[in-house]
Amino acid sequence: MEVADRNNREGMKAWLNPGRYGWERVSYWLQRLTGVGLLAYFVGHIYETSSLTQGPDAWAAMLELTQTPMGHLILLLIIGMSAYHSANGIRLIFTHGGKGLGKPGRPDYPYDAVSLNYRQKSGIWIALILAATAMLYGASVLFGGE
Amino acid sequence: MTMLRESQIMKIHYITGIAALFVVAVHILMRLIIPFSLSLEYENVIANYHNIPYVLLLESILVLIAIHGFNGLRIILLELRQSKAWEDSVTILTIVAMMAVIAYGTRTIIVANGSGF
Amino acid sequence: MTEQIIEKIEKIEKKHEKKETVRSSIVLKVYRANRRAGESVHYNSIEVPVQRWTTVLDALLYAKAYKDKSIGIRYSCRMASCGSCGMKINGIPRLACYTKVSELEGSTITVEPLANFPHIRDLVTDFSQFFSHHRDVRPYIQNDEADIKDRAKLSEFMQSPEDLDKFLQFSYCIKCGLCYSACPTVATDTKFPGPQALSQAYRYFIDNRDAAGKERENIVDDRHGIWRCHFAGSCSSVCPKGVDPALGIQLLRGHLLGFSKNEKKVADLRERSKRD
Repeated sequence: MEVADRNNREGMKAWLNPGRYGWERVSYWLQRLTGVGLLAYFVGHIYETSSLTQGPDAWAAMLELTQTPMGHLILLLIIGMSAYHSANGIRLIFTHGGKGLGKPGRPDYPYDAVSLNYRQKSGIWIALILAATAMLYGASVLFGGE
Repeated sequence: MTMLRESQIMKIHYITGIAALFVVAVHILMRLIIPFSLSLEYENVIANYHNIPYVLLLESILVLIAIHGFNGLRIILLELRQSKAWEDSVTILTIVAMMAVIAYGTRTIIVANGSGF
Repeated sequence: MTEQIIEKIEKIEKKHEKKETVRSSIVLKVYRANRRAGESVHYNSIEVPVQRWTTVLDALLYAKAYKDKSIGIRYSCRMASCGSCGMKINGIPRLACYTKVSELEGSTITVEPLANFPHIRDLVTDFSQFFSHHRDVRPYIQNDEADIKDRAKLSEFMQSPEDLDKFLQFSYCIKCGLCYSACPTVATDTKFPGPQALSQAYRYFIDNRDAAGKERENIVDDRHGIWRCHFAGSCSSVCPKGVDPALGIQLLRGHLLGFSKNEKKVADLRERSKRD
């Protein structure tokens, strides 16, 4: 008796709305976003650096396109994204192996989850702070002028 | 071609991620060891490509990031849809994309190094 | 010991005190849909009187009793023990019987069916796929040494309190489905077993009476298995029983990754039965 809808899954909406469940969900969302962003940048970077093979003029033309304020802003974002993705990635490697999550025991009111502890949660904040710091330093180098 | 177990693929994913962190850090720092404004001058960049350890570094970044990045993309795409056709196409396309990017990047390295095609 | 518990509860109540909102009535915005009868999705707003201790389930049952008999709700024990009344309350999966109206902000409370489950009617969803994922992980002890068929020799496995603590909290799962509803991977991946099934896989994996560790690892070592968990932690954040499925899943993955190799030793049978 098939009365139920085939599919009532939240779909991509669930990925794009990280605000309901705490920091770990936000970090999952950011890890995905930065990962895709970095992959796109990587492909673009491999393409832009290939202009080297066409001589100094092609290289200069590429530099003209990318060494602009907009280009620097994008690079800043990439700096922040890579700092976050790497730091959070290291945290995830530990947590995915069950390290830093505490031990199972006997749950008691208010039934707070042991795995959502501050030790691994602080890894997320550290990753965000590192990203912000890297972006600040990057901004001072890129826009600071030498 | 033998199929890798998902656990083996994920171990590769984690290892390439950690390794890439170190090599990319060195790559970024290369722009800071000479005056920043000169670091993108054509001659200086080409000079880097004549430095064999640096060439090896670039090649390893290429391979590590291509594997890590495209595997990540494969994971995201696999979660989106689950028919056999989709899963097979995603696997094949990400492997092809991985190899294409590595090939294209290696070409740049070889040509810039001067022993090119 | 009792004083410590009382102190702990008082501290928690103090923390929650400021968040309690006192109202005499609220508006329940109830998701209504009956596709089989051709009724499309719409929300009914129903005003319900509340007191300090009124739960969302109480409010729904009041609405059903006095305002609209046709609201479809699934519930049973009313005490967070059966797991039947799971629903989305103000966007987050919660047990209706375990959520006090005073804990929620705003004078309108939106109740919707759990996401990621096929929808039947109003607040009722279909749990068959959820249960079938659970069955797929073989949620029972597998041990050839257990001579349960021969009652005369009925024996027991040696399990210390420390061995018990390794899996006890995961056995408290009431299969309410809140974790399944909160999980971002379940939201898109139809083949992913979900946090409940995976944490039960760990529960049996780490139980030292079970001898099928390798087979259990093989079941979850799949393209759509344990590796599609990304520790978003939403499952643990919504679990009403403190099962902490995310912990179980990461610990199981630790075994698959080789982070925790030699932790488990299969239990021995008690000596007296071996003598027979």
